[in-house]
Amino acid sequence: MKKTKASLVVLTALLMMTMICVAEVNPPQVGSAFPDFELLKPVNPAELKYLGLSGSGTFKIDQIKADVVIIEIFSMYCPYCQGEAPNVNNLHALIEKNPALKNKMKIIGIGIGNSIFETDIFKKKYQVVFPLIPDGDFKLHKTIGQVRTPYFIVVKLKSGKTEVIYSKLGALGDNNIFLEQIVKSAGLK
Amino acid sequence: MKKLLWVVLLTGLLTSNAYALSEAYKNNIYNPGELKPVDSVLKVKVGDAVPEFSLKAVNGKTVSLKDYYGKKNVVISFVPAAWTPVCSDQWPGYNIVKDLFESYDATLLGITVDNIPTLFSWTNQMGILWFDVLSDFWPHGAVAEKFGVLRSDGVTERALFVIDKKGIIRYIDVHDINQRPSLEVLIQELQKLK
Repeated sequence: MKKTKASLVVLTALLMMTMICVAEVNPPQVGSAFPDFELLKPVNPAELKYLGLSGSGTFKIDQIKADVVIIEIFSMYCPYCQGEAPNVNNLHALIEKNPALKNKMKIIGIGIGNSIFETDIFKKKYQVVFPLIPDGDFKLHKTIGQVRTPYFIVVKLKSGKTEVIYSKLGALGDNNIFLEQIVKSAGLK
Repeated sequence: MKKLLWVVLLTGLLTSNAYALSEAYKNNIYNPGELKPVDSVLKVKVGDAVPEFSLKAVNGKTVSLKDYYGKKNVVISFVPAAWTPVCSDQWPGYNIVKDLFESYDATLLGITVDNIPTLFSWTNQMGILWFDVLSDFWPHGAVAEKFGVLRSDGVTERALFVIDKKGIIRYIDVHDINQRPSLEVLIQELQKLK
């Protein structure tokens, strides 16, 4: 009986600590490394190729073949993400038609609390051509401070290391101004 | 009792997912915390004729279920309350799958026990909804009570009912109030009506 009581006390304490930890995790800060996290590889061959990946299973952000990765944290159920979708598509198009950026800058979306079925619905509805990765159990979302959506994180990749160069809540605004800022922060030429 | 405590604690450890974090709602979402998953007893079952009802919609019209008989399959989505986490993160998703509903000759009716002004301001944050949102405010929760999804604290369960064109209940999901139901499962149920 004593042992059970003690176990329950320990478990309660663990629960409280977990809640405190979740509450205290901050969004990735500029200058910090992006959390080391496994994401589901896209099934679509064109999307795999876009990211410079192959095979199935999981990948990490630093395995993407690019100098800079723009990550949109979104949800199919988020009205503002729905509203922002055409603008992010436009950003992707701007990058792809700019020879200086095309192979250096990639975009992915991470659908928090979304299944593959749900990210696919968002992809189809808004004709998104860059990969949308599901975070169905909110695991990644918890490691980045349960940010509101849409939230954009830009990560610079160099020699297997990641560095956050942009981390901000809300719509991107003018894509050209945003790109100028990212090119400058990343030191791209 | 001991087992129950363990389950509650482990559930707390494993689930604390964040819903309704869209900037659309900013800091206006009230978090009721973890609630008893289900707190009512169903009064209908699959195969029953659906209880008839008429309710006022946010857009001012009165919607009667019988208007759809012979014309459309109907999905009824009860959600517990406006301005709460999971509810605010459910209908905006349904709002972008009108084509999927239509492909199964189905429409959607959203119901809460909130009054019309509250539903008006809440659903305005979701954009323009293609489906009717109905108020079961007065007599309070009377329609929810007919289905057996009115909880003891006066809000409804998070429940989905699929009704076919003959007015027969074909699917019921009285979901854990703390979790969003799978859209994929709902669509699979609509597929079965074809």
